[in-house]
Amino acid sequence: MLRQIYLDNAATTKVLPTVVYEMLPYFTEGYGNPSSLYDFGQQARDTMDKARESIAKHINAREQEIYFTSGGTESDNWALKETAFAYASKGKHIITSSIEHHAISHSCKWLEKHGFEITYLEVDEFGLIDPETLKNALRPDTTLVSIIFANNEIGTIQPIKELAAITHEQGALFHTDAVQAITNIPLDVAELDVDMLSASAHKFHGPKGVGFLYIKKGVKTRSFMDGGAQERKRRAGTENVPGAVGMAKALEICMERFDERVELEMRLRDLLIDRILSEVPYTRLNGHRTKRLPGNVSFCFEFIEGESLLLALEQKGILASSGSACASGSLDPSHVLLAIGLPHEIAHGSLRLSIGEDITTDDINYTIDAIKEVVARLRVMSPLYEDFLAGKKPISATK
Amino acid sequence: MGYSEKVMDHFNNPRNMGEIENPSGVGTVGNAQCGDIMRVYFDIDSDGIIQDVKFKTFGCAAAVATSSMATELVKGKTVQEALEVTNQAVCDALDGLPPVKVHCSLLAEEAIHAALWDYAEKNGIVIEGLEKPKTDIHEDEEEDEEY
Repeated sequence: MLRQIYLDNAATTKVLPTVVYEMLPYFTEGYGNPSSLYDFGQQARDTMDKARESIAKHINAREQEIYFTSGGTESDNWALKETAFAYASKGKHIITSSIEHHAISHSCKWLEKHGFEITYLEVDEFGLIDPETLKNALRPDTTLVSIIFANNEIGTIQPIKELAAITHEQGALFHTDAVQAITNIPLDVAELDVDMLSASAHKFHGPKGVGFLYIKKGVKTRSFMDGGAQERKRRAGTENVPGAVGMAKALEICMERFDERVELEMRLRDLLIDRILSEVPYTRLNGHRTKRLPGNVSFCFEFIEGESLLLALEQKGILASSGSACASGSLDPSHVLLAIGLPHEIAHGSLRLSIGEDITTDDINYTIDAIKEVVARLRVMSPLYEDFLAGKKPISATK
Repeated sequence: MGYSEKVMDHFNNPRNMGEIENPSGVGTVGNAQCGDIMRVYFDIDSDGIIQDVKFKTFGCAAAVATSSMATELVKGKTVQEALEVTNQAVCDALDGLPPVKVHCSLLAEEAIHAALWDYAEKNGIVIEGLEKPKTDIHEDEEEDEEY
């Protein structure tokens, strides 16, 4: 049987068996509705509260500051749209970055259509936001700043604490999309002093369809869902009790093993980066060399296209992702790769590999050999490479 | 991606991939910005028969497979027969393409035409029914994204 090496943990992760066992009783036994008054319902409520308390503890929040949602996308939509409207009488200017996940950037586009003005901060070649740019963009009518904690494509980690402090000096609120960051970077909302933070369980070995939004006490935000009085009247809809239990358990397990897991992923990440950069010419690493997620690797291989690269790797059992236009189903390559200054033709040749903790050194070495072989094969087929070798208009001068 | 077995076969084992030195005609279409470029080389004899054809492609699996299949379909044919190979014929020979990839077969048809155009120009002949190919088939396309 073909060996399968799953290197797409930034897309989603395997639900840990322990997490599944923890969830199971809440489907068939403790299935009560937390809003029901009888004891059977109240037991479900207690279960929710325990999950909430556990999650709060791991990010150093208060339990009443954790609101369960259906995942990262809902958390981001809620934080952006409803906070924007809640503070609209104070101002209608919002600041975000040019490398946000679509859950944020498309919410911003929606807000623009509804009378808000959005400033998209540029990033440098590594995907980093210069705190000075934020300082200069803040205005008296800025109510909210939303910056992705760690980028999902290129893995760059932003100086969130500093950005939040600058935002607060101007009296605005600070939200961060921490969907990729949580369990990969220690998160302490009190120390970071962020006002809102989004997370999603399936990125850290929890179930899909559940996430949370941390909303600091005192932050005004409207309800995103109309209906019942669940989640302190802020998020209507019967609670996903097994989901909340699973998310809390997954977070607990990930944080217990934080040091060894992060260390392992970083070691494998660095092996992959070092060998590919030295063994495959005309390759660039996207993102920052050190200020990056422990499991994130993002390359651009010149002269080739990402979808064919993914497909060829899949045939060798390697599952990864790409920001090429073909891979994303649009005409343009990833906005993140364009934002860090890559020309289209190079951005099309991107490959993201996201390492999980069950990956071995052997898996990485096998992957490196497969990448070398596939990239070489596709380059031989490429008219761009032919032109480059013939000395005709090189696309860029790397290496 | 939902590709047929034939597409995967032509992607994995592309036919006629390579270059021809001193070709009778060569055409390059597409654009690197959009992520696909195809180049077709012809060796056409004095009777107007395509003796050999080669291609090079930068693009997705569908782009590689359509180039490979298009070159198969025109090999050994006359110039006039080659002109009649449509993108639909390429699609059909590959047992179909996912809807978002049909433009790749248009690019393959266009690459054949571009190489024929070059051959015609070099030899000062007119190939009936051949129009000057567009170099960039994406010119007419617009991205429609909704929020």
